[in-house]
Amino acid sequence: MTQAFRTTSGGRIDRKKAITFTFNGKPYIGYEGDTLASALLANGVHLLGRSFKYHRPRGIVAAGAEEPNSMVQLGEGATTEPNIRATQISLYDGLTASSVNVWPNVEFDISAINGLFAKIMTAGFYNKTFMWPRSMWMKLYEPVIRRAAGWGKAPTQQDPDIYDHMHLHVEVMIVGGGPAGLMAALAAGRAGARVLLVDEQSEFGGSLLSRKRQIGAKDEAGWIAEMVAELEAMPDVTLLSRSTAFGYYDHNYLCVLEQKTDHLPAAERVGKVRQRVWHVRAGQVVLATGAHERPLVFADNDRPGIMLAGSVQTYVNRYGVLPGKKMALFTNNDAAYEAAIDLQAAGGDVVAIIDCRSEVSGELVDAARALDIEILAGHAITGTCGGKRVESVEVRAIQKGAKVYTSAARQIKCDLVAMSGGWSPVVHLFSQSQGQLEYDEEKACFLPGTPRQAQQVAGALAGEFTLKDCLAGGYKAGADAARATGFTPKRKPAAPEIDEPDLSGIEPFWIVPGSRPIGEGMAKHFVDLQNDTTAADIELAVREGFESVEHIKRYTLTGFGTDQGKTSNINALAILSGILDKPIPKVGTTTFRPPYTPVSYGALAGRNLGDWSDPVRVTSIHDWHVENGALFENVGQWKRPWYFPKAGETMQDALNRECLAVRSGVGVLDASTLGKIDIRGPDAAEFLNRIYTNAWAKLGIGRVRYGLMCHEDGMVFDDGTTARLAEDRFLMTTTTGGAAGVLDWLEEYLQTEWPELKVYCNSVTEQWATVSIAGPKAGAVLKKLAPDMDLSQENFPFLSFKEGVVAGIDARVFRISFTGELTYEINVPWTCGRVLWEAVMEAGAEFDITPYGTESMHILRAEKGFIIVGQETDGTTTPQDLGMDWIVSKKKPDFIGKRSFTRSDTARADRKQLVGLLTDKPDDVLPEGAQLVFIPHSPKPMPMAGHVTSSYYSATLGRSIALALVKGGHDRMGQKIFAPLEGKTVTAEIVDPVFYDKEGERLNG
Amino acid sequence: MLNIDCPWCGKRHETEFRYGGEAHIARPEDPAKLDDAEWAEFLFMRTNTKGYFAERWLHSHGCRRWFNVIRHTVTHEIVGSYKMGEKPPKLPKSAGGAK
Ligand SMILES: [Zn+2]
Repeated sequence: MTQAFRTTSGGRIDRKKAITFTFNGKPYIGYEGDTLASALLANGVHLLGRSFKYHRPRGIVAAGAEEPNSMVQLGEGATTEPNIRATQISLYDGLTASSVNVWPNVEFDISAINGLFAKIMTAGFYNKTFMWPRSMWMKLYEPVIRRAAGWGKAPTQQDPDIYDHMHLHVEVMIVGGGPAGLMAALAAGRAGARVLLVDEQSEFGGSLLSRKRQIGAKDEAGWIAEMVAELEAMPDVTLLSRSTAFGYYDHNYLCVLEQKTDHLPAAERVGKVRQRVWHVRAGQVVLATGAHERPLVFADNDRPGIMLAGSVQTYVNRYGVLPGKKMALFTNNDAAYEAAIDLQAAGGDVVAIIDCRSEVSGELVDAARALDIEILAGHAITGTCGGKRVESVEVRAIQKGAKVYTSAARQIKCDLVAMSGGWSPVVHLFSQSQGQLEYDEEKACFLPGTPRQAQQVAGALAGEFTLKDCLAGGYKAGADAARATGFTPKRKPAAPEIDEPDLSGIEPFWIVPGSRPIGEGMAKHFVDLQNDTTAADIELAVREGFESVEHIKRYTLTGFGTDQGKTSNINALAILSGILDKPIPKVGTTTFRPPYTPVSYGALAGRNLGDWSDPVRVTSIHDWHVENGALFENVGQWKRPWYFPKAGETMQDALNRECLAVRSGVGVLDASTLGKIDIRGPDAAEFLNRIYTNAWAKLGIGRVRYGLMCHEDGMVFDDGTTARLAEDRFLMTTTTGGAAGVLDWLEEYLQTEWPELKVYCNSVTEQWATVSIAGPKAGAVLKKLAPDMDLSQENFPFLSFKEGVVAGIDARVFRISFTGELTYEINVPWTCGRVLWEAVMEAGAEFDITPYGTESMHILRAEKGFIIVGQETDGTTTPQDLGMDWIVSKKKPDFIGKRSFTRSDTARADRKQLVGLLTDKPDDVLPEGAQLVFIPHSPKPMPMAGHVTSSYYSATLGRSIALALVKGGHDRMGQKIFAPLEGKTVTAEIVDPVFYDKEGERLNG
Repeated sequence: MLNIDCPWCGKRHETEFRYGGEAHIARPEDPAKLDDAEWAEFLFMRTNTKGYFAERWLHSHGCRRWFNVIRHTVTHEIVGSYKMGEKPPKLPKSAGGAK
């Protein structure tokens, strides 16, 4: 069978270019210009898949983005894509596709038996049937439902394709390249504005690709070609076809997906960008997104071969395909008659036009009569027959107002049913841009109301359903947009003579009754084909108490899925309005959200993959760490050495060795990532006095002090040491992760609260590399590197710094300590970091100097009970909670956070307070984050007493240690506390958080 | 994504900025003089305006300046931005609508 349903001539396909493709394993031939859907229809293939819940046979309904049914698995292997609409796949040589949601195959599907259990799969079936017990969900429901209602399969290999992003600023962006959009682009382009015109289809022209129209001296194809040629010649006009504006965000920011190679055979895609996301900021946006046709809701309206009338017209005129040879048309409007006339002209046979309106008249009706087509006015289709393809329809005379039709039934044989319930403007982007919709009774559709953004609407979207109005409206919108962005539009071109039938007559008909009440018997009135939602489901949802359209949507799944209800939403809410007996505008619409059509993760990621997914910050010593086998930890965007395992060592072995080296000899740490902020100005000391909880005015030049910062609520948010470099200059250090936030914080107070303070702040984190040497032998190492520096206790005491030369490099050396050992932090210009590090390693070799990472640093500081902000604190922790009252000034009249310390909540005695924990069994290492209770094995829910914030095995102490926040912990020293864990309960004693060298004797080496 | 007019740099994408909450809430001169309720008022209570709203932004990935913006919280229309210490621009009569 080769293209038995292809017309002999016509269409925008290239009949000289045959294309071979495969569907469900069978080879077929189509033509260049086809979509997969049109090529399958040309070959008489209507059965494309099975429906979501009931596994009913389904075929092609539409011809574009609104298609609810014909989703296929496209391609194979790493580039396969699930659930792509056959109506949006341009045919290319070697294309392979297969049905989704079928098992074992589309012709014979075991799960069609679901249809027999349809009674339990009504609205809300997910919520009701599969609630409890949870074990049943894991074992039974989820695997069964997954296979039965799985749709397509995601690729399991890495996506080999290339994607990218582009940013564009234009004065006027136009969405939709139909007659209105093209005219808008012409007006704005001629005015001189920078213009972007995007259209989702393979070529511009919109509705003119489907309808035959004479425009002045040109036919539709000639008119489109002339328009595109003029626009292409304008240097400031960008035309993007195969490009879908999928998101409309604030302040005219739109995202567009351009499909650059998806229409090409595999061999021609190699090395090219597959898809590109355009990020556009436009001065004015013209929406000319057109309209989608609505189905009619009648009994068994889902069989393959039941299609939208306008789509039938598209297949006939654009693709040269007869979707069927004997067509019945079911309509409530005049426009659909044109599909019948065009099909008949192309060689098909229209067996009947069933029109629900009792009186029909007009130009198109007369034209159909002239072709001897039987017109059954005041009739409706009340049922359909056929297995994998519609074979006949049941037609009855409409009994106005009746819920059940008892009129005589007539069977009409056909292989195609075209249906039309009228047209819905594509308001998705308008609605995304926060514009409100208004219901138009006469046109029976929602139209854009007042826009919220700098925006114009034109064409069918604006309710301009004639070509004449589209051309005029489009030009005006483009000219208005250009004017609003500062350009002067050229004179409007004279309106061409247009040969166009009157399409305007329509009478809404939202639900077609049958011989039995809706919901009774086997017949189904489908509203949402993709989600298998029926009119009966909506009625049931209302009976069960759901009335809001947003609730109905979620309960019945109407409008979910890859088509987002493009053909179903308006029908669903009109039916709901009927059930509730409320006018449609009172029912309202659901929210339209991006994306308009699905966007692949590859496109969203663009080039931001792998190493490029997030910026990586490394220190100037990083390469040494890599060369010496460090494992790394991410701290913010920084890579910090975590620990340095030697051959054969476990992680704990390495940590034990590193910690013991610091306690008994000397260790070295790359501390370059600590945030550093240079603070200058005559009021710098006063500023620090207000920012930190302790006093800074009297800190001597050359001295260093530790400080805590709180927010106004009194909660700790950063800590670090700050050195006074000069009378008017300080160097502040912050936590690695908090550096940017602290700088923002300082700027906030300087610029908004205390602009009278003369202070400037600058980040110098990446100006200084920091090498910290710690341990009893630290002084001996430094002495070798800085022989001229006086390291004596009197001249270089704890909490002071010196400037001098270390290893031949100008350096600042700070005597501070995060380990409790004698420590020198040597700061040198960033680029000298590695030179200094290697000099330290060489000088330290005789003392077996040991590089250590963040994990050993954490253990060493925990042994000393030093906090880490973000680990011992969580934004609800005060200095007092941490037992750090000593750092909170009692003398300063004010500083940030002070007032909050006396609030009733922060002064409570039973706040969570920092304590140490020693487990009864020294080898038990509590998990960090473990919840703690005072009474073990009490009934659930157990009253919580606190949680473990830090927990390690300490080689120094030969046992585990932990820090914890415990309710009223400061008064509970010596008491037992319990950690109920999976399978066991660990008992620990509450102790002072300083586990090692309580007197601080080791600080001086 | 908002297009925010930094008074120092011009219009830039929202991703360059950090939000700073409601504007014109001065830190009390002497917090010690406030009772708990007054202090809580300063600390926690904001107006949650539906309509034109004065708010602070920081151009953190730009000039690092804090400034004020009048934004409509429903439409996101930005009436204007102004430096710290300057007077806010005049508000339009009606909220939102096309510009
Ligand atoms: Zn700026």
